[in-house]
Amino acid sequence: MRYHTPSSFEDATAIAARATGTTRYLAGGTDVLVQLRSDVVTPDDLIDVKHIPGVKDITQTEDGGWRIGVAVAGAEMTEHGGLGRDWPGIVEGMDLIGSTQVQGRATLTGNLCNGSPAADGVPALIAANATVTVSGPDGVRDVAVEAIPAGPGKTILARGEMVTAVNIPARGQNGGDAYLRFIPRTEMDIAVVGCAVNLTVEGDQITSARVVLGAVAPTIRAVEDAARAIIGTTLDDAALDALDAAASAACAPIDDKRGTIEFRTEVAGVLAKRAAKIAYARARGEAK
Amino acid sequence: MALDSDTQKFKYIGTRPDRPDGLDKVTGRARFGADFSMPGMLHGAILRSPHAHAKILKIDATKALALNGVKAVVTRADFPTGLTGEDWNIQENVMAGEKALYDGHAVAAVAATSQLIARDALKLIEVEYEVLRHVTDVDEAMADDAPVIREGAADYSVPEGMHPNIVRYMESGRGDLEAGFAAADLVLEQSYKTEAAHQGYIEPHACVGQLGADGKGELWCCTQGHWFVRQMCTAVLGLEATQLRVTPSEIGGGFGGKTTVFIDPVALALSRKANRPVKIVMSRSEVLRASGPTSSASMDIKMGMTRDGKITAASGTFRMQGGAFPGAPVDVTTMLAFANYDIADVHHIGFDVMTNRPKQAAYRAPGAPMGAFAVESMLDELCRQLRLDPIDTRLKNAVKEGTRATFGPKFPPVGLIETLEAAKAHPQYNTPLGPNQGRGVASGYWMNWGGETSASVAIGEDGTVQVSIGTPDIGGSRASMALMAAEAFGVPYDNVRVNIADTGTLGINEPTHGSRATFASGLATVEAAKEAIGKLCKRAADKWGIDAEAVTWEDGFAKPSGPNAGEFPPLSIAEIAAEMGSTGGPISGHFESSPDGFGGSFGTHIVDLEVDPETGRSTILRYLVVQDAGKAIHPAYVEGQFQGGAVQGIGWALNEEYIYGADGRLQNPIFLDYRVPVASDLPMIDTIIVEVPNPGHPYGVRGVGETGITPPLPAVANAVRDAIGVRMTQLPLTPPRVLAAIKGRG
Amino acid sequence: MSKIHVTTTVNGDEVEYLCDPRETLLDCLRDRVGLTGAKEGCGTGDCGACSVTLDGRLVCSCLVLGAEAEGKEVTTIEGMATGDTLHPLQRKFIEHAALQCGICTPGILVAAKALLEKNPDPTETEMRYWLAGNLCRCTGYDKIIRAVMDAAQEMREAS
Repeated sequence: MRYHTPSSFEDATAIAARATGTTRYLAGGTDVLVQLRSDVVTPDDLIDVKHIPGVKDITQTEDGGWRIGVAVAGAEMTEHGGLGRDWPGIVEGMDLIGSTQVQGRATLTGNLCNGSPAADGVPALIAANATVTVSGPDGVRDVAVEAIPAGPGKTILARGEMVTAVNIPARGQNGGDAYLRFIPRTEMDIAVVGCAVNLTVEGDQITSARVVLGAVAPTIRAVEDAARAIIGTTLDDAALDALDAAASAACAPIDDKRGTIEFRTEVAGVLAKRAAKIAYARARGEAK
Repeated sequence: MALDSDTQKFKYIGTRPDRPDGLDKVTGRARFGADFSMPGMLHGAILRSPHAHAKILKIDATKALALNGVKAVVTRADFPTGLTGEDWNIQENVMAGEKALYDGHAVAAVAATSQLIARDALKLIEVEYEVLRHVTDVDEAMADDAPVIREGAADYSVPEGMHPNIVRYMESGRGDLEAGFAAADLVLEQSYKTEAAHQGYIEPHACVGQLGADGKGELWCCTQGHWFVRQMCTAVLGLEATQLRVTPSEIGGGFGGKTTVFIDPVALALSRKANRPVKIVMSRSEVLRASGPTSSASMDIKMGMTRDGKITAASGTFRMQGGAFPGAPVDVTTMLAFANYDIADVHHIGFDVMTNRPKQAAYRAPGAPMGAFAVESMLDELCRQLRLDPIDTRLKNAVKEGTRATFGPKFPPVGLIETLEAAKAHPQYNTPLGPNQGRGVASGYWMNWGGETSASVAIGEDGTVQVSIGTPDIGGSRASMALMAAEAFGVPYDNVRVNIADTGTLGINEPTHGSRATFASGLATVEAAKEAIGKLCKRAADKWGIDAEAVTWEDGFAKPSGPNAGEFPPLSIAEIAAEMGSTGGPISGHFESSPDGFGGSFGTHIVDLEVDPETGRSTILRYLVVQDAGKAIHPAYVEGQFQGGAVQGIGWALNEEYIYGADGRLQNPIFLDYRVPVASDLPMIDTIIVEVPNPGHPYGVRGVGETGITPPLPAVANAVRDAIGVRMTQLPLTPPRVLAAIKGRG
Repeated sequence: MSKIHVTTTVNGDEVEYLCDPRETLLDCLRDRVGLTGAKEGCGTGDCGACSVTLDGRLVCSCLVLGAEAEGKEVTTIEGMATGDTLHPLQRKFIEHAALQCGICTPGILVAAKALLEKNPDPTETEMRYWLAGNLCRCTGYDKIIRAVMDAAQEMREAS
């Protein structure tokens, strides 16, 4: 295994573009090292991104959005304060990953690029309409986070491409987001079901919404029907029931050692309701 | 071994001093299995079968041997033939012979100059398999069409015509079952299932072995019992027993799973071939796949009870699989299933079955938790349907001194009733419960053990005391030995140093298992101390010119026993020791025996929990352990055993299970998916130590380590029943199962 | 495969070692630097027995490459006591019998120290969630939590 420490994104993508074997980028390493140790993936080229300037920065952009460097650790996102005030759902999703020790290293970008359908950091990003900046041999472009996962363990990134930043829109007024996951213990499990809800309100009416489910399909996806079930409502019981049903209907899960199809489908609806209520309260300024 | 328990006053026993190895363990200095190295050492790695059941047609290690840094490869061909019985079983498990018998079964091993080279070399060993049909479920393994694990492994107990996978059969009982059930007002029948669990010790197996061509060897390993290791390694490798010296490291958890060998013979075999020491450390997934998890069990229980709560009859059939070898502890399961209760008409049937799973090993009261889950659940259901209080009903049927046990003998003094009464009196039993909350009660028992024990004490030149025992310190037992030695000699606790001796230093010791260390090594320490005290008194008697019988020992001093013996100022242990070289030589005491007189320990637990009705997830709110310790030598460590056993039981009840896929491969061989309880899953665990002294130990000690894991499985199940109104008969009570039960109740 | 030369600081001392790129910081601490206090319990970041701090941040050393320690400051259990004076957490662990086999103890002490440096007055719940990544199979966590709470109180009173 060749270990590289490039000091720019250009150098990093150049190494990746000419590499012929298995290439991995190393940010937090909390997926890469596990795969290396268990002989699941032994990269021929391991490109450490942490020596590139700016990768550990969380910056607010001119329009009030946020730009998160690819090597920002989950713990740093939680400690940031400003980011958490605007997007508590994004921060709490990332914060749920692993232990305190894992939080000291794991990154949002790494969580996205590992391609797990159960990734905790991703649903809230999709619900927020976040994008990532992708750099590669063909130049630089922004891609919706939702478009990045291509299937379990896979992304749409081509050889020589890498994510160089995560871009989160401005929160704006009267908005709130939330992320919940179901796990059998209280910590240390992979999500059996994950749900993010992002919405805006006018008074007590929901004016826009995104509902995103994780761990219930090969990729994390926004559920249009679930959003439609609550847009224009005050999140009353009828709306919640419709949300529950729409979320469950959108599931295409598997039976595995973490949950059954029946269970995931049922709990997806439960979490959608619970997450929506939290997002709604946050949007109305009634909760943090 | 008379014990005047009511009036025995202790100076040191029952206090809570710092444990002697505490400093080493909080600073990282203590050396565990993987913390040891020898000069010239190589690193070993083991190639494991990816198939649950397969013939091994060919192993070609040419490419591996050609890799730079690889010094030796071993397969079964490097082990002697001609072993029989359990020796053969262990050898077959340590290194596969003609067949790979489970996912993870060792088929070859490599020694190389670095761990990475050893792991890379494994990928170059080419193995040709012929994959066979496999079976992992105990009931399926008994069916007519089940794949045969091995012909001829059944013993004389198995009736003709049963499937070859059934290797032992047992039947026991007494009385008239039919009459007993007829006398009941309510008879219930139910089947129950438990899945295999792993002891979950945080330290993976690790060893460094050195074996010469002359058949002499040294082994450093983390183990609960180094004499067992010596016996097994020498048998498996064809060596003479005393030519191998085994030194135990500190041990990072065992719970029974480290009372046998997996990698030690392999390290020694590699060492013999490479002519250098070899270190092997298991990875976590190797530990889960290929060390010794528990059996899984499928059980049918029938019990009858009168309207006012008397159990009239009980019967149970227990089917357990212990992996691809005989040894599921179903004999213990049948023995203890109904042991809490005074039942005249009782019957047990047990089947020991083989499957394509790793060879089971002991896990804290092996065999007992499965039976306790079934019987205590059934008892709870009987109480529920007859509207009887679960503790009062247990009190009505509880065994006590003189009761004829369901497994035969009369009970000596035991403390089940005392634990039930203490549980009933605890505020938790009457704490109001909220919506979706439930309370469960259960009692359990472990009979404990004595076993071969050898111990020595020696007096240091400054009068301090050195104690050598052979039971590795898993949970703080050094402190208890030091307390007992301090008490026996009447010297301060800090003047006693306890060492865990290697196999070359003492006679045979059984492992730290069966909750025997504090009992047996403790008893041995006290008896050895008495022998040394006799010699100390003799030195004083000689100095004073009186008979040895006229000298007594008190509080660390030799004293004339009465005014007739003479007026001599007392001699301290230090004073006698200072002169020992010229008064007769070194002073020590020894004790070798297999002590009887171990006393069983009963426990009663109460758990309160809440079930999320929309997800089926359980949260433990309150947990109480009440258990009989006989005499708590160091109460903090007794409490620790109570709490540790309870939490392991909670894990087994709620989330821990071995999940095998349709391909027979273990799906969850990492801690991410083998879900042991984490700190945030639990509240504080309340404890009450009951002391009904065991007359078989000089200080009344009963082993306490194992009982604690038997009540939690049924207690948690009973609490869930209380919370959701549905009886769960299969463990673990994972959220998908509980939610399905909630939704199914209509 | 050629080795990487790493210069780093461990418990305040400058340390150098050569490592294979695939070796973790845990491997290097144990096999190259001679500090065996951090333990490998799982190799997947699920047990916390390998906990160290890296530039002040609590991490699993099994999830950091030895090469990534270049230029950083690592502290391990061996650096917790000051000379022969134990840290209050170490003392309280012994006092409260918060260890039985002791294999998880180094990791839990390092993690608990990191907690109290960040939050000197944690609630029981905060403590349990902070330590959720440190598995203990022996104690059921009860005495560990009591020891940490007691140490936290002593440290608050002393400051």
